[in-house]
Amino acid sequence: MEHATFQPIAPRPAPVRTEGVGPWLKRNLFSNLPSTVATLLFVAMAVWWLPALFNWGLTQAVFAASADQCQAARGSGACWGVVTEKYRLILFGRFPYDEQWRALIATAVMVGMVVVSCVRLFWKPWLGLIWLVALAVFFGLMFGGFAGMEFVATDRWGGLPLTVLLATLSIVLAFPLSVAVALGRRSNMPAIKTVCVLYVELIRGVPLISVLFMASFMFPLFMPPGTSIDVLLRVLVGITLFQAAYMAETVRGGLQAIPKGQQEAADTLGLSYWQAQRKIILPQALAMVVPGIMNSFIAMFKDTSLVTIVSLYELTGAMSLALNSDSDWRPFKIEAYIFIAAIYFVFCFSMSRYSLWIEHRLSTSKNR
Amino acid sequence: MTASAGPPKKRDWSLRSRAVRALLYQVLALGLIGLAVWFLAHNTLTNMEARGIQSGFDFLSGPAGFDIGERVVPYESSDPYWMAFVIGVLNTLRVAIVGIVLTTILGTLLGIGRFSHNALVRGLCYAYVEIFRNIPVLLQLLMWYLILVETLPFPGQEKSLFGLFYLSNGGLSYPVPVWGTGQALAAAGAVAGVALSWWWARRARSLFETTGQPRPVLLPALGMIVGGALVGWIVGGAPTDWNVPVPGGFSLEGGSSLTPEFLAVLLGLTLYTSSFVAEVVRAGIASVPRGQGEAASALGLSKGQQMRLVSLPQALRVIIPPVTNQFLNLTKNSSLAVAIGYPDVVSIANTALNQTGRAVECISIIMLVYLTTSLGTSALMNWYNKRSAIKER
Repeated sequence: MEHATFQPIAPRPAPVRTEGVGPWLKRNLFSNLPSTVATLLFVAMAVWWLPALFNWGLTQAVFAASADQCQAARGSGACWGVVTEKYRLILFGRFPYDEQWRALIATAVMVGMVVVSCVRLFWKPWLGLIWLVALAVFFGLMFGGFAGMEFVATDRWGGLPLTVLLATLSIVLAFPLSVAVALGRRSNMPAIKTVCVLYVELIRGVPLISVLFMASFMFPLFMPPGTSIDVLLRVLVGITLFQAAYMAETVRGGLQAIPKGQQEAADTLGLSYWQAQRKIILPQALAMVVPGIMNSFIAMFKDTSLVTIVSLYELTGAMSLALNSDSDWRPFKIEAYIFIAAIYFVFCFSMSRYSLWIEHRLSTSKNR
Repeated sequence: MTASAGPPKKRDWSLRSRAVRALLYQVLALGLIGLAVWFLAHNTLTNMEARGIQSGFDFLSGPAGFDIGERVVPYESSDPYWMAFVIGVLNTLRVAIVGIVLTTILGTLLGIGRFSHNALVRGLCYAYVEIFRNIPVLLQLLMWYLILVETLPFPGQEKSLFGLFYLSNGGLSYPVPVWGTGQALAAAGAVAGVALSWWWARRARSLFETTGQPRPVLLPALGMIVGGALVGWIVGGAPTDWNVPVPGGFSLEGGSSLTPEFLAVLLGLTLYTSSFVAEVVRAGIASVPRGQGEAASALGLSKGQQMRLVSLPQALRVIIPPVTNQFLNLTKNSSLAVAIGYPDVVSIANTALNQTGRAVECISIIMLVYLTTSLGTSALMNWYNKRSAIKER
């Protein structure tokens, strides 16, 4: 019997590596000719531009609050000195200098409340109560006039506190109104439906600035003779009405997404219209539209910059106010613009991240 | 409300009846609204009387008395107010239409870029979208205006591009063809080409539906338009005169120019809105299930056919409604031009308001203009949307 020796076949080659840096680079940067060309082009541009940008923004830049140094570095380096010099004016506008700690705390309270309201754990009825307390604290600190704090009238409010106030308060006030209008638009009473449709479509058809002009120029004419209403309040009413129309559409989207069976089941149980809305429809619909409301809030936060056109000095307006009156620093407005653009970006970007996250979470509960 | 069968209904006039209560609520709501409107109107009239403010639109025929730097039709400061408003509306429409075209192109490119195989392209498109949509559009307009006015050289030392385009802080100058019979005939030829290609598109469609054989549409249509223009141009004597801007001592002679205000508004609106359009396009493309492309390639369609015949029509259905909203937003945001002095309708109305004190009338005009544009655009887009919607049985 012949002896069969074990003859191993040649080993298979190791599989091509698909993980790690090398394969990733090949797949994502050099997969084919156009991709390679694009990569090389971008790298060349980065090599060309980034050092110049780095020099302008950091190494050649002037950080000291000295207009002379800034003038000397003009054209070669950024003048961040304008921020060092003016940041109090930009952030707090014409609020009395020694009292600006109050505006800072008030803003922190408001921002903190927005953050707290974003946590699902706190979506409870008593959240409304806490909002009332927070608003009282905010206005108490801003107005002052008690406990040794100097009284500050609204025409001296400005900067970030005003931006945060307008954005937050208009959303908080617009929310109940928008729910009412959304329900009204789905109502089967023709008169109420028509009124709601007209309101939403008229407001959504015009730019915010015309609503602000109306609040600024026409509102005084609307009031009984002799009464005068603070311009801040007028603008707040204007943007609340504006915001409510947009949010009503968001809420209506949520209401439409609730299956008809829910309403029918509520009817079968003998719940009245308001009981059904409060206990069955709205809780589901509102949870669904949280991302949409968050997007409205981001839009409003950016849109508050428009009130500068009707002479309320929020962040953008306060910046112009701080620099336009000062001929030494006016040439460095672009750096100041970059500074406030960064502030807006930080706020809006973090809110949009939150909105994405909550949207993801809400959809995971659906995809069981 | 539920319809009940059974014994013939007797009208129940008690307060428990749903119908009666609904009627009551509506009467109450309308009454309250009517009361509020009456209250506001009454106050307005009393206030106007007390302050001696005149009302009515009769001021529109009086002379405006202010000059407008930017206009597409002739205008002098002695012209009536309504003429100034017309100029304002035209300026708004000009910046909005050019902005919408540019936004569509840029937004689509950025949206498609988010699906690139190249990580750098993907990353840059993402960074663009996040940066531009998270900074207020007003701030962007102001920044562009500042950059255009402060960093560009004064007229007289303008930057030149091939000796044809000149950029300075006075704006952008560019060459234009000298308008003559030849150009007019070329334009007429192009219009005839458009009409012809429309007819061909319909004919190709009906041929496809009856015989099942596809006919090319895009290339012939392009050929008809270009050919029509060429024929008109040659018939008109093939004129080649261009009005090229020539640098003078302090300013440029000849050519046509865009003001820095217009450029700043256009840049700001386009870059801001295209970041939103990019997101819409990305979501639209992502909404087409992967199986659609796979099924198309199983049927033997080429990559281009897959895109054109299968993926794109489905993505467009998702894309169009939100993109319409973005176009409307762009148009409405063009009202911010007032902040940098571009004479759009809001800016003109603001000037007129300050001169005549007729707040109610001027603001109503602004609102009316935007309402008409918004409702008109949404009607148009609804019509298109209905055409591209799924035809269900």
